[in-house]
Amino acid sequence: MRRTPKDTEDSHRQIGRRSLFVGGLFVATSAVLSARMRYLQVERAEDFRLLAEENRINIRLLPPARGLIFDRNGVLVAANEQNYRITLVREDAGDIDAVLAQLSQIVALDMVTLERARTEIARRPPFVPVTIADRLSWAELSAVAVNAPALPGITPEVGLSRLYPMGADFSHVVGYVGPVSDYYLEQTGDTDPVLQIPDFQVGRYNIEARMEQLLRGRAGTKRVEVSAGGRVMREIDRDPPDPGADVQLTIDAGLQNYVEARLSGESAGAVVMDCQSGEILALASAPTFDPNLFVRGISSAAWNTLNTDRYRPLANKAIQGLYPPGSTYKMIVALAALEAGVITPEETVNCPGHLDVGDRRFHCWNRGGHGRVNLVESISQSCDVYYYELAQRVGIEAMSAMARRFGCAVRHDLPLSGIAEGLAPGMQWKMQNRGAAWVVGDSLNAAIGQGFVLASPLHLAVMTARLASGLDITPAIIRSIDGISQLPGRARDMGLDPGHLRLVQRGMWQVNNDRRGTAYSSRVDVADYAIAGKTGTSQVRNITAAERASGVISNADLPWERRDHALYVGYAPYDNPRYACSVIVEHGGGGSTMAAPIGRDILLRAQLGEVPPPDLYPASQRRDIERMHRDLPILPTPPVPTGRTVRSQA
Amino acid sequence: MSFLEYNVKYTPSGWRKILYLNWPLIVLVLAVAGVGFLMLTSVAGGRVDRWAEPQMQRFAMGFVLMVIVAMVPIWFWRNMSALAFAGSLVLLLLVEVVGTVGMGAQRWIDLGFMRLQPSELTKITLVMVLAAYYDWLDVARKSRPLFVLIPLCIIAVPVALTLRQPDLGTALLLLIGGSAVMFVAGVHWAYFAAVVAAGIGAVVAVFTTRGTPWQLLKDYQYRRIDTFLDPSNDPLGAGYHITQSQIALGSGGWTGRGFMEGTQSRLNFLPEKHTDFIFTTLAEEFGFVGAASLLTLYLLILVFCIAIAMASRDRYAALLVMGIAVAFFLYFAINMAMVMGLAPVVGVPLPLVSYGGSAMLVLMVAFGLVQSAHVHRPR
Repeated sequence: MRRTPKDTEDSHRQIGRRSLFVGGLFVATSAVLSARMRYLQVERAEDFRLLAEENRINIRLLPPARGLIFDRNGVLVAANEQNYRITLVREDAGDIDAVLAQLSQIVALDMVTLERARTEIARRPPFVPVTIADRLSWAELSAVAVNAPALPGITPEVGLSRLYPMGADFSHVVGYVGPVSDYYLEQTGDTDPVLQIPDFQVGRYNIEARMEQLLRGRAGTKRVEVSAGGRVMREIDRDPPDPGADVQLTIDAGLQNYVEARLSGESAGAVVMDCQSGEILALASAPTFDPNLFVRGISSAAWNTLNTDRYRPLANKAIQGLYPPGSTYKMIVALAALEAGVITPEETVNCPGHLDVGDRRFHCWNRGGHGRVNLVESISQSCDVYYYELAQRVGIEAMSAMARRFGCAVRHDLPLSGIAEGLAPGMQWKMQNRGAAWVVGDSLNAAIGQGFVLASPLHLAVMTARLASGLDITPAIIRSIDGISQLPGRARDMGLDPGHLRLVQRGMWQVNNDRRGTAYSSRVDVADYAIAGKTGTSQVRNITAAERASGVISNADLPWERRDHALYVGYAPYDNPRYACSVIVEHGGGGSTMAAPIGRDILLRAQLGEVPPPDLYPASQRRDIERMHRDLPILPTPPVPTGRTVRSQA
Repeated sequence: MSFLEYNVKYTPSGWRKILYLNWPLIVLVLAVAGVGFLMLTSVAGGRVDRWAEPQMQRFAMGFVLMVIVAMVPIWFWRNMSALAFAGSLVLLLLVEVVGTVGMGAQRWIDLGFMRLQPSELTKITLVMVLAAYYDWLDVARKSRPLFVLIPLCIIAVPVALTLRQPDLGTALLLLIGGSAVMFVAGVHWAYFAAVVAAGIGAVVAVFTTRGTPWQLLKDYQYRRIDTFLDPSNDPLGAGYHITQSQIALGSGGWTGRGFMEGTQSRLNFLPEKHTDFIFTTLAEEFGFVGAASLLTLYLLILVFCIAIAMASRDRYAALLVMGIAVAFFLYFAINMAMVMGLAPVVGVPLPLVSYGGSAMLVLMVAFGLVQSAHVHRPR
């Protein structure tokens, strides 16, 4: 394969020729390139320099309109309002003091605003627009716009700001938005460019926070040609922002308002839900607060007031608060015992007012004792000794398993902040968390919803709804997103013996409607609206033997923090269950005196769709009820907007 | 074939090879890279650590690589050519499989310490394999149809693979670079006339199939061509880059605005100011004088390459060096033409100046091959 010298010589010369030819092409092309370079850089230099100086193209972000939130009937609970403001870009302003002085002659700006603007300007990069003043009137904004040539770097803008037309009613459901803080950016790692828009608001609490990505939408952009002075010459093109999704809640704004009003003055939480579908119709926690305070960043004075209030307005007692459920837990124990077959409905237990187990004495709330009680009576009279007996027969694990089937000690999946899990204890749990073995006394305490057992009003409402309907409903708070239904399909049957369920329901009916029932005074006299329920009173302190000997101190004589929690769960109508509710009044005293009347009023309001008239109440109570309803801070029913697509203009 | 085929009378050995490197060429490469560091500092607003520093590290790495490649005899590289080409084809195929989407096209393979662009590598290995092919081929047969078809097939495979990615710029570079080697090797003129005719046919095909389901290019590629043909009718849509870079270039004037004084490139008008559009910053800040100087530096590098090719009595070495020279030329010519509005916007970096690891390393290896041809030339 060796090449002959001639061959190599020949091809070598050819390669040389062709290489030179290629080199010639290199030079020719480079000549064209440099000619073009000369044309652009020398001959047309002036034109381009002018273009570069005078016509800068700015890209501006257009904020998306935040998705609106409606109640189940289309009442607007979170809206957007227009916010006129003026922004300044340091780079374009030149002499900031001169510009601000000029501006103060056109718009009244106080020293605080100016000082805040100056620090903000100094803190931000020179090209970022900084808000100087917002919530201006249209007249002020127009004045600035007219004087724009004298105000380099100043831009009058129309922004959107969140508005909660229902005020405090929805702060524990919808939550609130707030300004984007450095802390927020750090926490979420969110890099959406939209967050750089001055005064952009992001959800900070509850639905606003948990559904942030859906509600926020996508930023648009517009390109504008700007003159040397920073004046916008023309808009070149625009990529409109995509607004956030509209969210419809399952909450009924009217009912929500009534429940918040009914709870006002107390430290309390309540949940109302549809026992067939699981839709939450009201979720209230009192006292509440105005979410509009947070929209622009809350003042420290207002924050301190909210934070130091001993009724804790910022805490959402309906889902975050955990309480011993007290006697409202007894249905769970009864069903566990019935299912295990350790008791029959007819079997009676004698209640002498206490039960001795080992060397400890467990008391019934009724010191005189209930005598012989069967299962239905044990619910209606809330006999503790009956359940001490059941606890020993059925054991803690079966009780807690039944509790979990009824949605207690489960973290329900709702887009709300800080949902508590609750606790249905077991032997293993105690060993791991308390480092001690389970003793029979623990089971006895658990059987009356005391001891380690913890539940929130949400847990109790789900429990009651399942008791009432026998359906395995899941709580839901979002009805639809952009018109697409988010509700789960029809719930499955819980698979409990219908006979057992009917017994417990019968007991609950007697609570409200039997003369000896613990909530007889909170009955409804019209059969169509009859309610069934269960009261509970849960201790927050230990009653010592000495105190028992000298007589238990009544709640009214105790300081507020040491009084018992008052609880009530109930549903209505009894014959055809539709609404379930749970009420907890912190340190409210007794369940039958404090919580049951509230529960009855809420269930009546839910059934009627309006403030219940006095003639549904027992004759003796009508005057008081009428007076109470007159004094309640109930809002007039807000108008339902026509059409679902109402939006503020961006 | 064995090494004995080479009629080498004298070759420097060991460390003495360093003395026989083509030092003027090295100085030129250093000068161009220096311009690159300067511009990368400028577009980062004076910050060295943003782009200039990593670029310097990669250049240092590439420089070491160049010297190592230069120390290895050119006939070793000749024997490795086919293997290297096969290897880069495998990597190209791998991009299809594991490549992560970067810059809108599947072009990267993540190696952990750097992101490798196999299409860059292919530019050199294709030239290598073609040079080796013509070195092997009996000179008398070089223009026979069958032996013209073989290199065409060799070129077609990587071109097809890069088109799939889709990377039109690299595909064109491969096609032209490969044909250039064939041309220098002495394939008959008539073939090239035919190719030019076919090229015109292809352009017609590209445009006539537009809008039909069989269209040959992606929509964005068509749009780029449209705006290239008439950037003024869409100054802020897809023609934005071209218009803005022309304004930046033009406002540079004779001597430019001065280092770090450019306004157009500073204001983020150009999203890829540190990669494909870095020439605009140079032209704006140093004017016509600066831009023409860089062009001169590039041309000088080519002059040295052609000189090395012509001085080499070895066909592989000569073809390889010419192939590399053409590839290098295409890089900067297409990039400059694109920035000046003479060519459509295709993703081609400015060699040794634009920020980017793969292109830099591959170029340095290529210069290593040129140096190896120079050091080990038959004397």
